[in-house]
Amino acid sequence: MHGTLAGDIGIALVNVFFLAVLFAAAIAIARMRSLFAIVMLAGIYSLVSAAWYVAVDAVDVAFTEAAVGAGMSTAVLLGAMLLTSRTAKPEKLFSRVGPMLVCVMTGAALIYATVDLPGLGDPNSPVNSGVGYTYLQINWHDTGIPNVVTPVLGSYRGFDTLGETTVVFAAGLAVALLLGFGERSLAEMIRKEDRTSLRQKPKAPEAPATDEDPA
Amino acid sequence: MLEFLLERANYWAVIGLMMIGLYITFASQNLIKRMVGLSLFQTTICLFYVTLGVVSGGTAPILFGADAPDHHEAPPSPEEVHGALDAVLAAGGEAHGRYADLVNTYSNPLPHVLMLTAIVVGVATLSVGLALVVRIREAYGTIESDEIREIDLKTALAQHAEAEKAANEAAA
Amino acid sequence: MKSDHHVILRVVAKGLIPIIALFAFYVQFHGDFGPGGGFQAGVIIAVAVILYALVFGVPAAMRAVPPVFTRSLAAIGVMIYAGVGFWALLQGGNYLEYQALFHEAPGEHHGQHIGILVIELGVLCGVSGAMLTIFYAFAGRVAEIRDEDW
Repeated sequence: MHGTLAGDIGIALVNVFFLAVLFAAAIAIARMRSLFAIVMLAGIYSLVSAAWYVAVDAVDVAFTEAAVGAGMSTAVLLGAMLLTSRTAKPEKLFSRVGPMLVCVMTGAALIYATVDLPGLGDPNSPVNSGVGYTYLQINWHDTGIPNVVTPVLGSYRGFDTLGETTVVFAAGLAVALLLGFGERSLAEMIRKEDRTSLRQKPKAPEAPATDEDPA
Repeated sequence: MLEFLLERANYWAVIGLMMIGLYITFASQNLIKRMVGLSLFQTTICLFYVTLGVVSGGTAPILFGADAPDHHEAPPSPEEVHGALDAVLAAGGEAHGRYADLVNTYSNPLPHVLMLTAIVVGVATLSVGLALVVRIREAYGTIESDEIREIDLKTALAQHAEAEKAANEAAA
Repeated sequence: MKSDHHVILRVVAKGLIPIIALFAFYVQFHGDFGPGGGFQAGVIIAVAVILYALVFGVPAAMRAVPPVFTRSLAAIGVMIYAGVGFWALLQGGNYLEYQALFHEAPGEHHGQHIGILVIELGVLCGVSGAMLTIFYAFAGRVAEIRDEDW
């Protein structure tokens, strides 16, 4: 039997527990109207999925998800929520039925498709026996770096990562073009600095003026 | 049958989560809630990719033990050399070129790499979407999509009426 | 700004922020041997500055890490990454071919190690700069977050 679930009862319990928490968080997000609670639950969802990544051996992804999903995206969502509104309007009953039907049908189609997928943890599946396994084999000879994820990210797929970095840069630029570089806080900071500098040396602005007069 | 179900239960759970994310994106009128649903959907896609890369009995894809022999230094001391390392060297682990025979089992590193970058790009694009939502709020005063549609409709009707009036005046 | 009732938060954050930044550099330079790398470290550095901004106010954070610096950092990061590619081109290899950096035969790892280290540094700068620019863009639009806002 291939399944990770069957292999280790502890891992299986961890798996079931985390998936249950994820389900609870997702359903709560769907039912809630307070945007603050929704944003916080989205952070919890990310954090729990990070823990789940550790259970399925994806430590690098877990790290990223914990830092990005639970830290960064919660901060950005909170900032956006503060700038817009605190509560969402309740959905009308009519607008709930259609999406529900679409989602159930899409889910049924996807579940039907999983029947053809290889079982969980199958080492001979096309995913696991292809280029991923080759990376594991040749990595030590090529780069001598034990963590296989780093050379695949930086060396074998360096172009890919260059593109991703550029995308992140472009997204930062787009946000700055849409919202500015934080001018309001900048203005507050400059005003405060002016006040403190005036208090410290009140005659400072006049000194250059007297110098220039004779010249 | 039970084995078949157990092997696919994880996929089904992930698909269920994915559909909840899709439902939130679809059903809610609030744009911020929609963005949250979208990011939920994206996180769950990452879960699915990583699930596909699991190898039963494997560990995280960090080479250790006999798979990472220290070939820059002097050969390891005798007590360090286990039977496994001997087997690798006897089979020509280094000698027969780039392709080493792995002693330990590792999970597939490729989905990890793809999803690692996807998560970072996901938060960057999420913030672009949120910036657009903030601008929409500043322009319309609301972030409920049905209200925005109503305002758009009213504006368009007013523009039409104005254009018609101008045309009538020009004809008269 | 009222600052009386956040004393514990301030004291704890003051001790925590340097440790978070240090941990980011550990993640960055230990990425070859354990989980971690430029993406994670960049976000962790950004999160350290964000924590500072949340506790001490955005203007104070902008005085410590000016927005001009963050957006230049994002651009410099991408340039470092692309620059490694051009370095390899100048050495006679293909774009981003680390083996060509020091003209090594296959199986020698100097170029790979240096190349991956430098591009991870580029990713660190790019990601932390972009994330901080995004945060400043959002947080800099809110006049001041009061306690009643929650």
